[in-house]
Amino acid sequence: MQTEDFDVGAEITQLRQQRPDIGAVAAFVGQVRDLNQGDAIAGMTLEHYPGMTEKSLEAIVQQAKARWDIMDAVVIHRIGELKPLDQIVLVAVAGAHRGEAFHACEFIMDYLKTEAPFWKKEQTAKGERWVDARASDDAARARWHKI
Amino acid sequence: MIRLLYFARLREALGSVGEELTPRAGLTIEALMQQLAARGGVWAEEFGSGKSLRAAVNQTLAPVTTEIHDGDEVAFFPPVTGG
Repeated sequence: MQTEDFDVGAEITQLRQQRPDIGAVAAFVGQVRDLNQGDAIAGMTLEHYPGMTEKSLEAIVQQAKARWDIMDAVVIHRIGELKPLDQIVLVAVAGAHRGEAFHACEFIMDYLKTEAPFWKKEQTAKGERWVDARASDDAARARWHKI
Repeated sequence: MIRLLYFARLREALGSVGEELTPRAGLTIEALMQQLAARGGVWAEEFGSGKSLRAAVNQTLAPVTTEIHDGDEVAFFPPVTGG
């Protein structure tokens, strides 16, 4: 968790540094959009639950490591005030081969979106509003129980 | 004593970040929610049936049947929207 921006290249370089056993890094970067539910978004505030958010992300990464043969993973999520075009989240997973890295990366994102305690509040022309959770995110998470 | 925490939309609706309570023996999350709803007004609106709330005990998501013990940290919040 951090308020500052992050450098995706630097994070990936660090993840695979001095690790010739790593053959693949899969990464996801989330960016703040300027439109949601038909309304222009001027910015948003990210709230979290200090302590639980860290624990939750750590547990999600541990689940991914237990499930796939991956070597390491990095998760960065920003909090505080964000504007459209800002990077909001990075998940990067390193493994020997791409298949495991791709799957673990998507798994971590799906669980992050449905379990990690973060809440978005958007600023629109009509005022501020809390973002509602989406059923499609729950459905994305549920897929992993069937595989 | 248990430490109660409220987050995001719930925190704003209640006008409270949290409080301390003395739990009765065998108190579950579900029973605690009923106890809070019984305060009426916004408490009834937020903790009564119908609103979708999540609960965590000691910083881990917990089902409403979970029993609460003295010293626990119990948090209530809306479904999460990060990422």
